[in-house]
Amino acid sequence: MTNSRMRHVYGWLLLTPAAILLIGFTHYPTVATLIDSFFSTGTAIRPSRFVGLDNYQLMVDDPIFWKVLGNNLWFALGTIPTSIALAIVMALWVNRRLPGRALVRMAYFTPTVLPMIAVANIWLFFYTPDIGLIDQIAALFGLPGHNWLGDPNTVLGAIIVMTIWKEAGFFMIFYLAALQNLPPELEEAAKLEGAGRWTYFRRVTFPLLMPITLFVLINAVLNSFKLVDHLFILTKGGPDNASNLLLYYIYISAFSFFDSAYAATLTMVLLVLLAVLAIAQFVILDKRIHYR
Amino acid sequence: MNGRGFTWWLETVAAWVLAVLWLSPLLYAFWAAFHPPEFAIRFVPTAPLSLANFAAAWEQAPFARYYLNTFILVTMLLAAQFVLCTLAAYAFARFDFWGREVAFALVLVQLMVTPEILIVENYTTMSRLGLVDTITGIALPYMASAFGIFLLRQAFKSTPKELEEAARVEGCGLIGVLLRVYVPLAKPTYLAYGLVSVSHHWNNFLWPLVITNSVTTRPLTVGLAIFGAPESGVDWSIISAATLMAVAPLLLAFLLFQRQFVQSFMHAGIK
Repeated sequence: MTNSRMRHVYGWLLLTPAAILLIGFTHYPTVATLIDSFFSTGTAIRPSRFVGLDNYQLMVDDPIFWKVLGNNLWFALGTIPTSIALAIVMALWVNRRLPGRALVRMAYFTPTVLPMIAVANIWLFFYTPDIGLIDQIAALFGLPGHNWLGDPNTVLGAIIVMTIWKEAGFFMIFYLAALQNLPPELEEAAKLEGAGRWTYFRRVTFPLLMPITLFVLINAVLNSFKLVDHLFILTKGGPDNASNLLLYYIYISAFSFFDSAYAATLTMVLLVLLAVLAIAQFVILDKRIHYR
Repeated sequence: MNGRGFTWWLETVAAWVLAVLWLSPLLYAFWAAFHPPEFAIRFVPTAPLSLANFAAAWEQAPFARYYLNTFILVTMLLAAQFVLCTLAAYAFARFDFWGREVAFALVLVQLMVTPEILIVENYTTMSRLGLVDTITGIALPYMASAFGIFLLRQAFKSTPKELEEAARVEGCGLIGVLLRVYVPLAKPTYLAYGLVSVSHHWNNFLWPLVITNSVTTRPLTVGLAIFGAPESGVDWSIISAATLMAVAPLLLAFLLFQRQFVQSFMHAGIK
């Protein structure tokens, strides 16, 4: 490269436009969130003032916060293992000889390209009590109708099922890519050894897919925190916060209750969770390199 | 033994059942949208086909405007992302400048802390900039994309240095090398990133919802959410029609370029 001092100048010049935007909309707001979480929400008559940890105290005492955090945990536990398992099964099926393979793969992947809002619109009708599709089918078997989204006991489950449907096909393609890169000799060798398909999967395929599983896992956890679009259509977090998730609660706090200080405090929790996730990913990716 | 036994058939059937199950919500939306409302939950093969639901949806909400808004948003965003990410990725891939490693780590933060996490502060910033309720306001936080920078950096790094040297001998400057050597060779990455970006922003909802509040800026997803809200009292078949209208361009593109889509998502995810 030209002379060494110009390298620094060119490097920074090329980076500057992106850096300004990244700092403006990622780094600055992260720091501002931290600062705002120590201040009260300003109003026209009462300007914002330093309140120390008051917002955090408020949060710890807020039963909705704990409810929402618990929901997020159940939502993650409900969606992630099932969608990963389904994704592996789908990938295995689509990877072998199968009549109409392209069509099947397309069917699995299609939910991924649909917006969550559209998906929620369609599923809303499935879950509608009595006249919805699920209750209609249940009625054929003489089962009573049920208000799936109106009952605190079933609402989170209903959302989990929909999310699994939306995500499994997306995770499938990562497994598919990995399966296609496995050397075919492995399977031949296993066959010669007389290993059954299940043994082969358990002892060979699954361990080899481990880096992908970890990658997908991180992404799935991330999505479980970031994906709240469907709540706007299906439940608005209700009934009685039974389906409320952290990011939705942040939205409500900021834009319905206009309590931006509390929203900032909640955002800090989300940021800390993401930081933990980032560190986990860093450690895992570090390990992943050894596989290569 | 070579794969045509009982279990083979069992798995084939299972794979197909799952595929039908997976497509059924969408197929159902098609059924409801293309038939008169009284057939919304009655699956009679003889039900008459009709486009009335689409006409009604088109009339009840300014979908033409929403289309235009989404189109402007996605185009503006993709153009800006290509330019900004290309420049930044070029810097990271080929310039050994002071603070490069730290800067790159700071860029990667955005992979985790995406703009929708920071809606509260970003909204404040936008109102200070006077960009609330503008399409630029929707696009701005996403323009410098860590994901794009990361992907393009990988692509540029794998370009053989000899090609750059050859271009230099021919008299290309810094930008000349970028435009004549690096960008053309990274075409598959641009395609992959472009598809992922377009489908992400066509479908994005939370931030556009926060930052827009009028018909002239609202993208399709936000328009659809308002249209489909239960309190709006619109009938089911019409909502289905509106939903299909909102997803149609992307779905059509996906069906036509299925292979590219799947490969792009793969390519973008694995790197």
